[in-house]
Amino acid sequence: MSIAIKTPLSQEDARKLKAGDSCLISGVIYTARDAAHKRLCELVADGKELPLDVKDAIIYFVGPTPAKEGQAIGSAGPTTSYRMDAYSPTLIAEGLTGMIGKGKRGPEVIDAMKKHGAVYFGAIGGCGALLSKCIKKAEVIAYEDLGAEAIRRLEVEDFPVVVIIDSEGNNLYETGKKAYLDSLK
Amino acid sequence: MREISASLITETVKELCIDANCHLTGDIKECISNCRKNEPWPQAQEILDRIIENYEIADEKNQSVCQDTGVACVFLKIGQDVHISGDLTEAVNEGVRQGYTEGYLRKSVVRDPLDRVNTGDNTPAMLYTEIVSGDKLEITVAPKGFGSENMSKIAMLRPSDGLEGVKNFVCKTVEEAGPNPCPPIVVGVGIGGTFDKAAYMAKKALLRPVDERNEKPFYAKLEEELLEMINSLGIGPQGFGGRTTALAVNVEYFPTHIAGLPVAVNINCHVTRHKSKTL
Repeated sequence: MSIAIKTPLSQEDARKLKAGDSCLISGVIYTARDAAHKRLCELVADGKELPLDVKDAIIYFVGPTPAKEGQAIGSAGPTTSYRMDAYSPTLIAEGLTGMIGKGKRGPEVIDAMKKHGAVYFGAIGGCGALLSKCIKKAEVIAYEDLGAEAIRRLEVEDFPVVVIIDSEGNNLYETGKKAYLDSLK
Repeated sequence: MREISASLITETVKELCIDANCHLTGDIKECISNCRKNEPWPQAQEILDRIIENYEIADEKNQSVCQDTGVACVFLKIGQDVHISGDLTEAVNEGVRQGYTEGYLRKSVVRDPLDRVNTGDNTPAMLYTEIVSGDKLEITVAPKGFGSENMSKIAMLRPSDGLEGVKNFVCKTVEEAGPNPCPPIVVGVGIGGTFDKAAYMAKKALLRPVDERNEKPFYAKLEEELLEMINSLGIGPQGFGGRTTALAVNVEYFPTHIAGLPVAVNINCHVTRHKSKTL
């Protein structure tokens, strides 16, 4: 059974999600990769306004391929998340409640998630063609000069993710592997 | 001397860039499908099903399998009796430029590793040339994504580390990479040569079909042993647990110095892409 999530995602709702939960996200989410994160964090440091409201928002770490005629977006699977570790705690402190990516996160990110109530979701890496079907609309809202790395506002419908790390720090990468290996004993 | 025009090379590289990114080769599809049949862990089965569904959609829609359409690694085997009319490097880069633009592929190359400004057309290609006998030109395009590239490693082991040292290094590299390179992965290993030669062999090993073992029985056995060791780690598809951590391990070797034992591990994700054409 999948949990339906409708954005925005409040800290209270984020705290209810547990590692291993399958979820289907609908509503608005934003894309950002390394270059966009760097700029966002510079704005926060300078006390300037961000081009998106990160409070209760979900950021998807993705740089899509260009859309063909009639498509909302091209292939759009997750990128490896640890490259955003230097920046995520700043955005979580600003109210970000969800991140979608793939791969491990550092302790500084997990500490911020626990402190503020945020979750780290995983989408299936390397399934960009499949995932793009759940993205109904895409619009560049900032940093167009970054091309694939520009910040996009996405409207998604039943976008499939799994909670990898929850707001208590439980980690599916550890529990999933252990459960499988224990099943062999 | 046989003449091959630069424009034919451009056209071929362009087609191969698009084909490689949108359509996986039969060997990799069959391997994923076999691993799905042999995967005992339900969550892992589900992920492998999605992976199969994904490449089927890409095939049907002529759309890139993954959004990371990579840097274009282009391997040329140039017959020594071939004369190329025109600038070879420019011909290849023009093919990449056209392929990545016309094929709706992502432009993922920055002009300088430190100033990081996107070149806008995915050039330059990573170009590798080899001179061989004959009057043919074989072109292989292997788009390389960086989620997996970033998890690759090289070690200058001591000869006393021997076979065990090699196995430990390969397994440790895969274990430390964990979920990051989008498992199930394909592992390319280069043993011997020099520092750079080992890395080159590891990358070239990824061009070999996953259902073909090394010609030398010793290395074929090593490939099978390494695969079993990796698939006993429990990482599983996407790192959520399961048997299918790797689809294949391809090993290449070369003579080396009396003082050295270089080992390089180049990782590819399940979207292992390469297409070739001989002119």
